Amino acid sequence: MASPSNNPPLLEVKNLRVEFPTRRGTLLAVDDVSFDIAPGEVLGVVGESGAGKSLTGNAIIGLLEPPGRIAGGEVKLEGRRIDNLPYEEMRKIRGHRIGAIFQDPLTSLNPLYSIGRQLVETIQTHLPLSGSQARKRALDLLKEVGIPGAENRIDHYPHQFSGGMRQRVVIALALCADPRLIVADEPTTALDVSIQAQIIALLKKLCREHQTAVMLVTHDMGVIAETADRVAVMYAGRIAEIGPVRDVVKQAKHPYTKGLMGSIPSLGVRHDRLTQIDGAMPRLTEIPPGCAFNPRCTFRGQRCLVERPNLMAAGASRAACWLHDRGGVGAPVAKELVDA
Amino acid sequence: MIAFILRRLLQSIAVLLAVGLVAFSLFRYVGDPINAMVGQDTTMEQREELRTKLGLNDPAPIQFLRFLSNAARGNFGLSYRTSEPVGRLIVERMPATLELSFCAALFALFVGVPMGVYTGLYPKHWSSRLLQAVSLIGISLPTFLIGILLILVFAVYLHWLPSFGRGQTVQIGWWTTNFLTISGLKALILPSITLGLFQLTLLMRLVRSEMLEVMRTDYIKFARARGLTNRAINFGHALKNTLVPVITVTGLQLGALIAFAIVTETVFAWPGVGQLFIQSVQFSDIPVMAAYLLLIGLLFVLINLTVDLLYFAVDPRLRSQTGGPRMAGH
Repeated sequence: MASPSNNPPLLEVKNLRVEFPTRRGTLLAVDDVSFDIAPGEVLGVVGESGAGKSLTGNAIIGLLEPPGRIAGGEVKLEGRRIDNLPYEEMRKIRGHRIGAIFQDPLTSLNPLYSIGRQLVETIQTHLPLSGSQARKRALDLLKEVGIPGAENRIDHYPHQFSGGMRQRVVIALALCADPRLIVADEPTTALDVSIQAQIIALLKKLCREHQTAVMLVTHDMGVIAETADRVAVMYAGRIAEIGPVRDVVKQAKHPYTKGLMGSIPSLGVRHDRLTQIDGAMPRLTEIPPGCAFNPRCTFRGQRCLVERPNLMAAGASRAACWLHDRGGVGAPVAKELVDA
Repeated sequence: MIAFILRRLLQSIAVLLAVGLVAFSLFRYVGDPINAMVGQDTTMEQREELRTKLGLNDPAPIQFLRFLSNAARGNFGLSYRTSEPVGRLIVERMPATLELSFCAALFALFVGVPMGVYTGLYPKHWSSRLLQAVSLIGISLPTFLIGILLILVFAVYLHWLPSFGRGQTVQIGWWTTNFLTISGLKALILPSITLGLFQLTLLMRLVRSEMLEVMRTDYIKFARARGLTNRAINFGHALKNTLVPVITVTGLQLGALIAFAIVTETVFAWPGVGQLFIQSVQFSDIPVMAAYLLLIGLLFVLINLTVDLLYFAVDPRLRSQTGGPRMAGH
């Protein structure tokens, strides 16, 4: 596995803000998000629907849907700033340096072109290969993602494949030009549970072999625990906690993460009731002052109502919670979170 | 696929039989053909004799079969008006109508589709809004008015283009063509625009709405994520996905262009079958009307068959072994 601390980061996201201008004012959907991904590292991004995780992914690949736009911060890939590139420059990076995988393999592929044609087209867009070389590479990719009988299947159309097979094709398409980073937005959500594990295992294996970093956006903690090196937990457009996967899963530092972990059933342990976090994530128009999580937080103090916490060191992780403000005042000490 | 084509062919034959029945009943129920043929001083006996000689006293089904077998051999009888064989009248006029319709269709396709793509890609740009507004005029102005306006501007005021007729034509076998002389080509311009304008606006609006729909799909977003060029996305992935409805409408409209060239041909005194049909209606020239009806029926059937086959070429999902295409509409 990669060691994030030694290498210069592959992807740096600094103070990223994504806005949606609406008739009733501007909504801040991603608010001051910063994180790094090291070469070959898998960063999981979790959160509820609307937490801003997919938008963060889309902002990185430069495909925010209008009227959404990057309002601040910067994104750097291999040290080069990419968030302000003209469309044509960014297009050359997409698919070449950054691959993408979307949620629904049933709709990600153009129904009118054979998968071979879609692969060859992508390969030739980014690599200087002849038609037959590109086809050879397409065939190799299909074999690599585990399409049985790839020689025959290459000329088949998307509707002739099952959902799991189509997601394998989508992964092959993302890998066409051997990108350094793959942004995978809920890659298994639309699949059968039995297929999910296969696809995750495949993604993990391929990225290890190709030394490709992955930003894995999902709301499935099981997938994250199995795959990711580090996890970022998002809540209401901000990162609530980020850290090595073991620490975040086993010793959550943010009350929200704690609640999230408590809501996952585990085998072998008898629960009478899974813990749940009361209330719901606020809508973007109704984010409370102070910490966005404060209405639902059982450790809420005076400070949480007025002052917004930034990420601060909490064990091996960093959490945006006043509980971890060492010199701080106002927040009650929650021993289980601070010393866990 | 072969089964599908066979089934379509059978359906086509059924449609043509139905059209044939309508054409045939024209003879029996629109006036008395004998009256139209003979003079006022013909006696009842002479009329009855002629009736028997022409087989008009035979039972209707036998007459219908005779009509069909004659029609199948291209024999539609003599025109009441000119006493020429109807087949020859139509063949003489057909090239003019076909060339006009062909040019109008090309005009509609090659201007309408790109305009639709453009307005679909940039729906908020001022020029798209302008095209949208102008297309409303195109879709709501009646054909004859457009024709007369064009004549007024380009023929009467500017003297650029002729206001009527085909200009000089060249005879190739039985086919007379406009395409080989300058005056013939010039004569084609105004009628083609007049005839094609409605189809153009229809196609533009159709392509636009289909494009708007397709550009929102996941596979277009994924194509962008793969870093494909805008050209490949817009004209390869997006446009191709709009094609099935566009082919349907184009096919139907091509039939309509030929069938309803009547108005344009009248405005521009274009010597085509449409004009022939109008003259025949005025004269109750039933053999010509019946033949025209059958001919248009045949054209529509052929066009629909072609459209169905084109679906297969465009959409691989229809090529699956199980049964024919699932289509909405017809």
